[in-house]
Amino acid sequence: MISEAPIRSPGSSPAPKIAVTGLRKSFGQKQVLDGVDIACHTGESLVIIGGSGTGKSVLIKCILGLMRPDSGSIGIDGVETVGLGRAARAPLMLKFGMLFQGSALFDSLSVWENVAFGLIQGRGMKRQEAREIALRKLAAVGLGPEIAALSPAELSGGMQKRVALARAIAAEPEILFFDEPTTGLDPIMADVINRLIVDCVRGLGATAISITHDMTSARKIGDRIAMLHAGHIVWQGPAAEIERTDNPFVDQFVHGRAEGPIQMEVRAA
Amino acid sequence: MIGFIGSIGAAFLAFLAAVGRLALFAGRALGAGFSPPYYPRLILRQIVDIGYYSLPVVGLTALFTGMVLALQSHTGFSRFNAEGAVATVVVLSVTRELGPVIAGLMVAGRVGASMAAEIGTMRVTEQIDALTTLSTDPLRYLVLPRLLAGFVTLPCLVLVADIVGVFGGFLVGTTKLNFNAVSYLTQTERYLETMDVVSGLVKAAVFGFIVALMGCYHGYHSRGGAEGVGQATTHAVVSASILILLFNYFLTQAFFA
Repeated sequence: MISEAPIRSPGSSPAPKIAVTGLRKSFGQKQVLDGVDIACHTGESLVIIGGSGTGKSVLIKCILGLMRPDSGSIGIDGVETVGLGRAARAPLMLKFGMLFQGSALFDSLSVWENVAFGLIQGRGMKRQEAREIALRKLAAVGLGPEIAALSPAELSGGMQKRVALARAIAAEPEILFFDEPTTGLDPIMADVINRLIVDCVRGLGATAISITHDMTSARKIGDRIAMLHAGHIVWQGPAAEIERTDNPFVDQFVHGRAEGPIQMEVRAA
Repeated sequence: MIGFIGSIGAAFLAFLAAVGRLALFAGRALGAGFSPPYYPRLILRQIVDIGYYSLPVVGLTALFTGMVLALQSHTGFSRFNAEGAVATVVVLSVTRELGPVIAGLMVAGRVGASMAAEIGTMRVTEQIDALTTLSTDPLRYLVLPRLLAGFVTLPCLVLVADIVGVFGGFLVGTTKLNFNAVSYLTQTERYLETMDVVSGLVKAAVFGFIVALMGCYHGYHSRGGAEGVGQATTHAVVSASILILLFNYFLTQAFFA
């Protein structure tokens, strides 16, 4: 497989914040990840692009510990996380914040309780203190206190995404994950979310891994872009390089052509 | 022939694997209860959901069950001139068997289905994954409160069902079958032993745990969107109902055989 602009070697720079090596994951006969190698350094925003069903979500769920890989290594701050038990993983989880594709807000809780959830349940903060932080985080994503008591079902898709972003950053995590942050949004709202993501990641000084197939979003929020195809990273490099690369996979994907090395599986009905 | 035996073996192994998965799920959820954080407010909310909101349906079914039981036993016993045993048969049947079984089945339909649908929806909309990323153990937060609430609440519901069921028999006995109210109540109390009520309450605790476990297990493992949640709901109700009847036999044998 082709790989440009390789990641900095451990000898030339500090160890990566997140280092994935030889990661494999299959579901039955289908090999979704087939030896993925990728690294993300402290404060870097890495965007992983790729077609639907190429295993982007599986990759970040493996890093988060929501799925167990078949083999390979995942290091967070130099700590091997594959095979860690629930108790040993608990301190690591405090470093993470995640924005889910469908927002994944809790229906039974109000907006502010959603944002404050990790502070109250995960960190044992008092409700009043957590509420004040939640209101500040809502303000940071452009939402006023008037929506704090509403139920998530009363919000539009864009507002739900912003609440989910506020929830992801509420505990000021060191590492943020964004799963298809702009999917299902109109272009203007998508741009608003992209800007908020950039502001939040920079504001926190966090390390971020985003997955998307929206190239506008990838260019906007990524310092570096990697492309996942057929279970491998087929290209990675600085975001600005993506327009100039002659990698045929990237070229086909970026320009949205049906013809090229990426063959979409089309099954007859 | 070998293929047939092989398929039976495969089905048996699949059954054992399912039992193992269920036992591990229950064990992990209960194990979470031995260390903080605890969620007493969630347990209370589940107790209200399971207990208070099930009172009308359990009360109504117990009332009509007691009424029908009085009518049927009177019809049968009158053939042997044993009508005097109607009150005893009603109270023993209700406290030992019908109260816990009917309350269990009603709660399985109402609460087990709702638990499977709620947790299943949380699973397919990634809310359970979100709990994990927010440093909250989903088994501790979602499953354990429901298991404890089911275990604690169903005996209370069954106690109400026992009283209402016996009252249903009393109503029919005194208004339709011409029993004297005092002699009906005397007959009800005469042969009733503490063990009759206690065994029913123990059964209820087991049934409550089974209903909550099936609702949580099937919801937690649901896949594939709305269809998956629908299947989880069906499986939760069917498996809970079958297990209630199965455990009812074994518990009855343990108590009275």
